[in-house]
Amino acid sequence: MSEHCIIIGASHAAAQLASSLRQEGWEGKISIVGDEPYMPYHRPPLSKAFFVGEKAEDELLIRAANFYEKNNIDLLLGCRVSRIDRDAKKIILQDDAEIAYTKLAITTGARVRKIPFKGSELAGVFYMRDLNDVKQTHKFTGKGKSAVIIGGGYIGLETAASLRKIGMSVTVIEAMSRVLQRVTAPEVSAFYTRVHTEEGVDIRTDAGVDAITGEQHVDGVRLSDGTTIPADLVIIGVGVIPNIEIAEAAGLTIDNGIVVDEHARTNDHDILAAGDCTNHYNPIYQRKLRLESVQNATDQAKIAAKTICGKLEAYNALPWFWSDQYDLKLQIAGLSQGFDQVIIRGDSENSRSFAAFYLCEGRLIAVDAINRPKEFMTTKRALSTGQTADPIKLADDSIDIKDAFTN
Amino acid sequence: MPLIIFKSHDGETKEVHAEAGTSVMQAAVDNGIDGILGECGGCCSCATCHCYIDPAWVAKVSPADSTEVDMLDCVLEPKETSRLSCQVILTDEMDGIVIDMPESQY
Repeated sequence: MSEHCIIIGASHAAAQLASSLRQEGWEGKISIVGDEPYMPYHRPPLSKAFFVGEKAEDELLIRAANFYEKNNIDLLLGCRVSRIDRDAKKIILQDDAEIAYTKLAITTGARVRKIPFKGSELAGVFYMRDLNDVKQTHKFTGKGKSAVIIGGGYIGLETAASLRKIGMSVTVIEAMSRVLQRVTAPEVSAFYTRVHTEEGVDIRTDAGVDAITGEQHVDGVRLSDGTTIPADLVIIGVGVIPNIEIAEAAGLTIDNGIVVDEHARTNDHDILAAGDCTNHYNPIYQRKLRLESVQNATDQAKIAAKTICGKLEAYNALPWFWSDQYDLKLQIAGLSQGFDQVIIRGDSENSRSFAAFYLCEGRLIAVDAINRPKEFMTTKRALSTGQTADPIKLADDSIDIKDAFTN
Repeated sequence: MPLIIFKSHDGETKEVHAEAGTSVMQAAVDNGIDGILGECGGCCSCATCHCYIDPAWVAKVSPADSTEVDMLDCVLEPKETSRLSCQVILTDEMDGIVIDMPESQY
């Protein structure tokens, strides 16, 4: 039988994997099967440039439309895979069609965590993950209208900034005592609360949602303390869960994601996985991770493509992330979980430019750099190459950041 | 459609046509050019699309903004002609532009 690599999920990882397979010399057939009707597209602009109309739909494509044809990559879009038959090495589509594979890659990503708030089925209530979700919100946005965002994480805050940009009044409801609590230091949370407040967003922390109210269309959100906030639009952003069901049903090992080895292989070595749906070991942080990031989707997909082409290389990339809100460019290098010390470089209380360095037992583990590209770039390299940092120099904004690191 | 000539660090060239208005980074990833990654999709956040503009073409390219300048200051092997290719938008005047690629993006 001729070689055929099938990629399930038309995601960031899928676009990279297909592209890398051709670059690595894979001569067999490649098919990407995706349940959405779209070619692989960039998701980050959905809550930002696309949301406010600064980017059009065709500008979201990760690779130009003709890329797939030119590289002989088949796209089966709007097409859901119902199961994997590992013994027969084939996938079975929802319409019972069967396609044989020699290698299979699962890049199914993650989906939004849905919380069954009373009223969450009302018109005007949305989650932000897919292009379809965001396209539908456009009917409910507009200058002078009001929005309530449930969830003060990155998606919630990015969406709040976008809605302010188009002149809507915005309230953010956060259940914890500060925004970004799960992912940043208190100083960074305080900074984002200050900037959003300066930009006119009403942030309510320690606030529970009792119900989303309205008849057919949403008209407000009632909090647990009884107050009701009027809303023409409600956006819920409370995290994502990995799409592992198809892998689980096929008997692949699952543990908060599809478990893969350093070469992106599942316990069935003809089946690989990459991106948000995987759980993998990170040698830099010496623990197992499930990451939700473009970086991981891209880098792990490259490793998977190499593995498929017989070039075994270990995945050891440094995680990094970004978030654009207002005039703030946040760039994050590394993972801050487990930090026991934070060093602030610059003025986080009055300015819009500073860096928060995270340390654990005296060792630098991550940075949140806000309008500080140099701090981001130098830290990213240092963490990747094992350079160490001098905490005193990190804190001293008058010293060139490059001089804070030593080999 | 302007022509772009990508030159890898070991001298290999690849010619690519792309529409005016697209970025050099997008033209590179759409054509499978090794060495330009563009992980962030072109929002000047990752510096994985670092390139060098051939000196003969520098005057035809609009200058970098302050964020890009700061990022470029910290890339591997920066040069006077360094740019982030996601911020270099093609115009008809750039027809034939030569882009040199660094050895590594990391």
